[in-house]
Amino acid sequence: MLAFVIRRVLQSILVLLVVGLVAFSMFRFVGDPVDNMLGQERTQADIERLRSQLGLDQPFAVQYFKFLQGAAQGNFGVSYRQGRPVSDILMERAPATLELAAVSGFLAISIGIALGVFTAIRRNGFTANAIMSVSLIGVSLPTFLIGILLIYLFSVELGWLPSFGRGETVIIGGWSTGFLTESGLKALILPSITLGLYQMTLIMRLVRSEMLEVLRQDYIRFARARGLRDRAVNFRHALKNTLVPVITVTGLQLGSIIAFAIITETVFQWPGVGLLFINAIQFVDIPVMAAYLMLISVMFVAINLIVDLLYFAIDPRLRVDRTAAH
Amino acid sequence: MKITTSLLSVAVLLSSTALASADTLRWARAGDSLTLDPHAQNEGPTTALNHQIMEPLVHRDHEGTIVGALATEWTPSEDDPNVWIFKLREGVTFHDGAAFDSSDVKFSLDRAMTEDSDFKELLASVAEVRAPDAYTIEIVTDGPNPIMPNNLTNMFIMDQEWAEANNAVKVQDYEGGEDTFAAKNANGTGPYKVVSREPDVKTVLALNENYWGKDEFPLEVTEIIYTPIQNAATRVAALLSGEVDFIQDVPVQDLERVASTDGLDVRTAPQNRVIFFGMNVGDEDLANDSVEGANPLADVRVREAMNLAINRDAIKQVVMRGQSAPAGMIAPPFVNGWDEAMDASSSTDLEKAKTLMGEAGYGDGFSIQLDCPNDRYINDEAICQAAVGMLAQIGVNVNLDAKPKAQHFPLLSNLETDFYMLGWGVPTYDSEYIFNFLVHGRDDKYGSWNATRYTNDDLNDKIQSLASNTDLEARDADIAAIWQVVQDEKIYIPIHHQVLNWGMKSGVDTVVEAEDSPKIKYFKLN
Repeated sequence: MLAFVIRRVLQSILVLLVVGLVAFSMFRFVGDPVDNMLGQERTQADIERLRSQLGLDQPFAVQYFKFLQGAAQGNFGVSYRQGRPVSDILMERAPATLELAAVSGFLAISIGIALGVFTAIRRNGFTANAIMSVSLIGVSLPTFLIGILLIYLFSVELGWLPSFGRGETVIIGGWSTGFLTESGLKALILPSITLGLYQMTLIMRLVRSEMLEVLRQDYIRFARARGLRDRAVNFRHALKNTLVPVITVTGLQLGSIIAFAIITETVFQWPGVGLLFINAIQFVDIPVMAAYLMLISVMFVAINLIVDLLYFAIDPRLRVDRTAAH
Repeated sequence: MKITTSLLSVAVLLSSTALASADTLRWARAGDSLTLDPHAQNEGPTTALNHQIMEPLVHRDHEGTIVGALATEWTPSEDDPNVWIFKLREGVTFHDGAAFDSSDVKFSLDRAMTEDSDFKELLASVAEVRAPDAYTIEIVTDGPNPIMPNNLTNMFIMDQEWAEANNAVKVQDYEGGEDTFAAKNANGTGPYKVVSREPDVKTVLALNENYWGKDEFPLEVTEIIYTPIQNAATRVAALLSGEVDFIQDVPVQDLERVASTDGLDVRTAPQNRVIFFGMNVGDEDLANDSVEGANPLADVRVREAMNLAINRDAIKQVVMRGQSAPAGMIAPPFVNGWDEAMDASSSTDLEKAKTLMGEAGYGDGFSIQLDCPNDRYINDEAICQAAVGMLAQIGVNVNLDAKPKAQHFPLLSNLETDFYMLGWGVPTYDSEYIFNFLVHGRDDKYGSWNATRYTNDDLNDKIQSLASNTDLEARDADIAAIWQVVQDEKIYIPIHHQVLNWGMKSGVDTVVEAEDSPKIKYFKLN
């Protein structure tokens, strides 16, 4: 077990280094930040001076090495766009994205599993079929379109919910939260539905198909033959056994909720790291882009590790296999 | 009669003060200000927000005229033509209560001339700033500079003691990794002071009760809440749903929707920005064309033919939905040197264009790549697409390469494009600014935006002499002569002048400023 964890951590570090290398080799194709940083009145000499001051005239491998040097000491550099330390900006922005992702993830998992179980049990019912048809929208419509439609309906036409921003936030120990104010909670509704809808329908469809599979198994028939109640059969025996693949997918999806909050954040002007990243790309803010990409890859690597460890907890067979193999 | 007018004015005064109590203006535009440091970024939204908080010596009022802000009088010195004398306003205080005097001005101008300042080029001719007494500033230039005040309209003054106390003497520094205090805080003399600022989220400003101009300006807005909303559809939705009162950039496709909504108005005015194509006229051969061993764009007949092939009215009607003014020269109409006849000179004549192509030996046409930004100007990519169709009619087959601005503009600075789109605004309102950057051949100091490879020694000398020609009549004649050459050589194909569209709640009363930089102190609410 410990050897497994250590090996995975070492692999993860290798993955991170490769991600960084690829990222830095791509940056010069994003554009040149110097034109954005200097005003319209810049001369050719200014361009050369700033380029060499920022080290942009050096090969990307050198730039990458300097970034790693700084990052190892906890210094991610200064944002070209805002002129402030990247780590400060990320700390400021992370709560917005994490809160949004948490709410969307919660909605996606709870509603997704509930609807999945429902549609599996009432496989031929009218409501179940209706839910399955509607869920196609969630899978097929692009996020930004769902967001704009929701804004149009609930903000412009009905005037119930805000169309942009986080509302009022309260700062507790450096963490700005929107959970404690009415406007903050209201502002969470539309973005979290937009962000979570795809994951919700995905989880629902996954739970449904896994559940249908399990319900056909012999032990479910035996359980019914034993005269167990429907509730016990469906939830204690069937649902539990559908969860292994669901956890894998959900874990990875949680990562993508955070990583792909970019579009939702842009539509709703949600001040999180996704919006920060989009702005960084447009401005070619290399320090912010680099730090963001590293952070996201750290997160994916960590989630993968946790999911692997959860398998051990949930499925005892894996533990036996591992020890037998080594 | 006298009594009635004074009664009326009292009534007006009373009603306006009654309305002015706690009137909040919620203001949104696509981009946030990048920094509150007044000299770090010479960029539209940054300068626009700073104008509410800080003041320059002189600025443009909302109709474009230069008026005094922190200076009350300015004139070239009678003894020395190389010196401008500015008399400063007395009794002005910064937001923290510190008194304003000439040491702050000297400090701020010196700071704006340091290497990391984005404004140093505007002060390139300044040799020294002197403060002979507490309310006089002398700006000494290398040679006479007839348009010095034009260069100062965005040159904000900050408090020296405050900057020294808060480690903000240096302009924003990308190397150190230190947070510069001035990026998130400001101590200006302006009509509004900073209450809170979260970059990219929200900035709240409140009326400065001690503002020197409180009896001169309406100042009806007492609180400003500034929010950037990047996505155009969301921004319009926020205006439609009443969550913001004023947006600066209504997309052209939504103009009718906003204008036809009860309680909302759209105000439109020509912007200080002209859109045009530039061509590589200097190289022997082009990298991105189908002609081997020659440069078709070096032939003025080809350039004229391409000019004649562009149908500006069609671009205005179809691409811009009426929101543009076709241009015949690359100067916005506000600029000294703009000429009505020249600006109306462009026409569409395909027959003549084809004849010219034939005369130049390109009767069968050629193909070339057009580089175009897709996130910088209003409908930039669509304009280029329209031009592709129009140029095809005279046999010029254009491959369009549209890219984000971060990739497009380096092509110009690295001279990697032969045919490109560019837009130009003129903050000094003087043609010299256009010539310096777009017409003068490129070297270390001049022509940094001139990617046409055009250079003409006579013209370069003439352009350089404009900077110190104090005989304004002779200077204007020189400007007209330079324009004539630019028009004859046709190194640029003018397209149109952009139009600004501000959307606002009915009851917000303002003039649309050509610089796209609203000064809220002039806003009226009714």
